[in-house]
Amino acid sequence: MASKEVTSTDEFVKGLWRDNPVFIQVLGMCPALAVSNTALNALAMGLATTFVLLMSGLSVSLLRNFIPREARIVCYICIIATFVTSVDYLIMALSLELHRALGAFIALIVVNCLILGRAEAFASKHKPGRALLDGLGMGVGFTLALLFIGVVREILGSGSLFGVAVFPDGFQTWTVMVLPSGGFFAMALWLLIVNRIKQKQAATAKTVEVTS
Amino acid sequence: MNVPDQQPQTSAWSMYRAIVGIGAFCALVIVVVFQSTAARIRDNQERFLAAAIAEVLPETRTTVAVGLAEDGRLVPTTETLALPVFLAFDESGQLAGAVLTAMGMGYQDNIRVLYAYSFEQNAIVGFKILESKETPGLGDRVEIEPHFIANFEALDASLSADGSALANPIVTVKQGEKTDPWQIDGITGATITSEALGNILNNSASEWVPVLERDADTIERGDRSNGQ
Amino acid sequence: MSDASHWSIFLNAALVNNFVLAYFLGICPFFGVSSKLETAVRMGAAVSFVMLVASVCAFLINLLLDAVNAPYLRIISYILVISSTVQLVEMLMKKISPTTFRAMGIYLPLITTNCAILGLALFQTNRGYGFTQSVVYSLGAGLGFALALVLMAGVREKLELNEVPDLVKGTAAALVVAGILSMGFMGFAGLGR
Repeated sequence: MASKEVTSTDEFVKGLWRDNPVFIQVLGMCPALAVSNTALNALAMGLATTFVLLMSGLSVSLLRNFIPREARIVCYICIIATFVTSVDYLIMALSLELHRALGAFIALIVVNCLILGRAEAFASKHKPGRALLDGLGMGVGFTLALLFIGVVREILGSGSLFGVAVFPDGFQTWTVMVLPSGGFFAMALWLLIVNRIKQKQAATAKTVEVTS
Repeated sequence: MNVPDQQPQTSAWSMYRAIVGIGAFCALVIVVVFQSTAARIRDNQERFLAAAIAEVLPETRTTVAVGLAEDGRLVPTTETLALPVFLAFDESGQLAGAVLTAMGMGYQDNIRVLYAYSFEQNAIVGFKILESKETPGLGDRVEIEPHFIANFEALDASLSADGSALANPIVTVKQGEKTDPWQIDGITGATITSEALGNILNNSASEWVPVLERDADTIERGDRSNGQ
Repeated sequence: MSDASHWSIFLNAALVNNFVLAYFLGICPFFGVSSKLETAVRMGAAVSFVMLVASVCAFLINLLLDAVNAPYLRIISYILVISSTVQLVEMLMKKISPTTFRAMGIYLPLITTNCAILGLALFQTNRGYGFTQSVVYSLGAGLGFALALVLMAGVREKLELNEVPDLVKGTAAALVVAGILSMGFMGFAGLGR
């Protein structure tokens, strides 16, 4: 296989599918399950996490020559916590309702293994431009994954999408989907679909190899 | 033969420099964000509270925040309490009632409520849930079930003869079994949340109504308008 | 001071609102470590200990932050204290039981990013628990976490021995099991009232 020069678009796109944080890397599951009971909450959480990913990735990348190896985890944690605190206050200023709905989970972004993982694995070793793209890609991939789960849970569990009813009144909602169990089931469902797609991709790749 | 070090030993100075530098950077960002959003946040909170107060006690035009002094007497207060209590005055400056916040554990997490007490009727006349994380479709029906909301049109909270406690504790009963005005008709299927609300109101009213009945007349109407 | 009784706080944290199965906290180690019963027990114990220490520290830090009126430092101070506690536990474990230390491998430092611990600290602050209430809360939460972990490990070990379609193997199956466990725990609703 010929080696490719990793392009900038590649940095961005890899977070969407190939290295999707939730479905492939299986990181950051806590918020994915906890805050995805409505599509709006899922979207807000995804955007907040993307913000922290971007800002912390950028900061870590800019400061990468300044942070000594031994103290790097502590420094990363400090930086991430700073931006999480910032996004917490920004959301409070934006909408009290949203802040109440997301609750403590905004603060819990700081322990999202995804962010620390990206800072350590990527941002600390690449230039700010690349780090930004990587953060953006991972963030968007994370938001999309959360949205998928949230949409399923809201439609089945509340009969609505972003608060707008999508079923006629007679629809009996599957309340379990907006309960914690539903989070697990919805995630399992998507994981199954993702696994199936990966299986198919691997099978076609194999046939291509054999026939070429 | 000595293998040369792959990485130079990090000097104490660069460690120190990094930790202090990062610390300063973080502190700066946090303080900037905090200061720039503080006013907006306070605004949001006040507007939310004002709207909620208007909902539970529509006659309100001005409010005075009150608290308990060391000796247990009611006094106006300027500090923000965890569970604020207000005296509400209407257009003509008369005491319209009291608006209280209360909080307690529901099924999933704390429930925070706002309710209005009327001195004329000796009853709770308005009720609104401020924050709740109850089970959607089950516990959160307390916010929309008509028969449950009807409980709070005049929930009896009259005092005993000596004025030191509620004559009859507020209690939640099974749906359809309400016989007395101090009972809350619960919701079948949302028993825990309904009972939790009963407890929350009972605890709060037992604590505050005696004090309010005794001391409310001593508080002057301030000039703090209800954001109208 | 919240007016909930200690016993109801304990039961609530351990069973009714189990940290993993109801609040989705601590999922990463939950799925990572729950495939073997033995590691699950050890992880449960380690997390419970860190939770207890973190809870006490969070309470004290909160007193300090309230005194200087700096609520915005809460997240940073909590997470830094938790990381230090985990470092401490690591060092202690290395000294006291090197075999356990090696068996736990990467999962020990990962306790730092265990949302359950930070979640515990934040919840107890939001609910205004007093000192004894916080301790009881952390004990209940630790027990609940360990319980969920052990239950999960027990089921997964058995699952390994059965024929499971490739598609569902691994995390997907674990998620379904977790969902069912979560529904089971909902049966505890109203306990301790």
